[in-house]
Amino acid sequence: MMNYAPDPPSAAREATAGAAREATAGTAIEATALTVTRGPRTVLRHLDFTVPRGQITGLLGPSGCGKSTLMRSIVGTQAKVTGTLKVLGRPAGHPTLRTRIGYVTQAPSVFDDLTVRQNLDYFAAILDPGRAAADRRHADVTRAIADVDLTSHADALAGNLSGGQRNRVSLAVALLGTPELLVLDEPTVGLDPVLRRDLWNLFHDIADRRGATLLVSSHVMDEAERCHRLLLMREGEILADDTPDALRTRTGTDTVEEAFLHLVDEAVAAGRAQDAKETAR
Amino acid sequence: MTTPTTTTATRPAPTGALNASRTLATAARVLRQLRHDPRTIALMILIPCVMLFLLRYVFDGSPRTFDNIGASLLGIFPLITMFLVTSIATLRERTSGTLERLLALPLGKGDLIAGYALAFGTLAIIQSALATGLALWALDLDVTGSPWLLLLVALLDALLGTALGLFVSAFAASEFQAVQFMPAVIFPQLLLCGLFTPRDTMHPALEAFSDVLPMSYAVDGMNEVLHHTDMTAAFVRDALVVAGCALLVLCLGAATLRRRTP
Repeated sequence: MMNYAPDPPSAAREATAGAAREATAGTAIEATALTVTRGPRTVLRHLDFTVPRGQITGLLGPSGCGKSTLMRSIVGTQAKVTGTLKVLGRPAGHPTLRTRIGYVTQAPSVFDDLTVRQNLDYFAAILDPGRAAADRRHADVTRAIADVDLTSHADALAGNLSGGQRNRVSLAVALLGTPELLVLDEPTVGLDPVLRRDLWNLFHDIADRRGATLLVSSHVMDEAERCHRLLLMREGEILADDTPDALRTRTGTDTVEEAFLHLVDEAVAAGRAQDAKETAR
Repeated sequence: MTTPTTTTATRPAPTGALNASRTLATAARVLRQLRHDPRTIALMILIPCVMLFLLRYVFDGSPRTFDNIGASLLGIFPLITMFLVTSIATLRERTSGTLERLLALPLGKGDLIAGYALAFGTLAIIQSALATGLALWALDLDVTGSPWLLLLVALLDALLGTALGLFVSAFAASEFQAVQFMPAVIFPQLLLCGLFTPRDTMHPALEAFSDVLPMSYAVDGMNEVLHHTDMTAAFVRDALVVAGCALLVLCLGAATLRRRTP
């Protein structure tokens, strides 16, 4: 998959795409040999992984390990992506995916000089345009504001809100229109424990009730325990792709944090051995 | 935190190239943003009027000079203000992450650009109408042609300013750089557009250069209205050149919006 060229798909290709969708019904995201370069740096190296549908997958790793780049690749805003990356049965960045994915960037991307409701009204009008949909949009916006617990601040300017509140406005935008896949880049940074718990409850609710898939990044390891599955990343590579329980069992540790550290040590040791081999050659 | 319901509408599939609803929603959003910033609106609308007022009494002794320069400035003010406002507004959109978010949604690049052009075009109409009205009726600007034609050129100039601002914002990494694009892009045109001296009395090389600068045609068009009662062929050509340039630069601006960024 390279940058998607927007040509109308032929009937034959549509049929094969349909068959492919059938075959990968249980998979929301499928990456094969996914590599991303930014400038001179290779940020993601030859990643192979799948993200199952209807579950919360945590993307964990230290800052700078490539989590955001991976998320941007999945939503189709990252340039210089090579390898195969299929999202909801389509190549990442396909125009039909734009309505099916909700994406929250790490820094809140909302208009500071609009109120919370005006922000959501605008994004809702982009997702579901036309005067006929006005009532539906209004209900959707009200629900999204309630989902992130900002009803009492609906008429406040986004620029006057606290960092955590602006983050939640950004999250509310992603919840508009019930997307099938939510890609959330560090959505709980800077939030107090109560709100963090509430948001995680909301994420579980979205996965359980709406059957949506969530990919949530974090560098806080205790959030890992709340995910169904984990992708542990380090320096552009995936260290582990498993359930939290299996990870702990496999590494013989008590917490995901310890499991992660264990895997990092292993990877460092393996890397050293590899380097030694290459210098010998 | 409430429990999300399952009865919400599913997202409809994205539609064709230019979507009227999305364009209007974008224009309304840009105007709504400005409405929360009344000081900017006041500055945009009042400063051209104040400048014209000043100019009128600077040339108190020679009303003919005021006629010439005043008419030209009616075309130049909207261009400069719209250039500044658009370049900063779109730069903010690029740096705040809202552009990336919007381009990950089913918003066409054309919708975004047309929305901006529509919103700032509306402001430009208000600004130009006030400035033209003030110049004609309060400051005795002596125009032979129709004031509507003056307004038309002013509006086309405003669109050109919006287009240029949109385009250069792609090359500015910060507000500091964006503001510096004004002397770089606007000042040379200001010097060569025939405001200070008729273009045919300039050095031939400069005259040839001014032939490819859109602001020259804006000022020529204003002068046509100043001296002729009818819509002359030269006026139509000037207006078409300005409109064509605005459209071309808008398309170039659309090309600088990338869904995928490094």
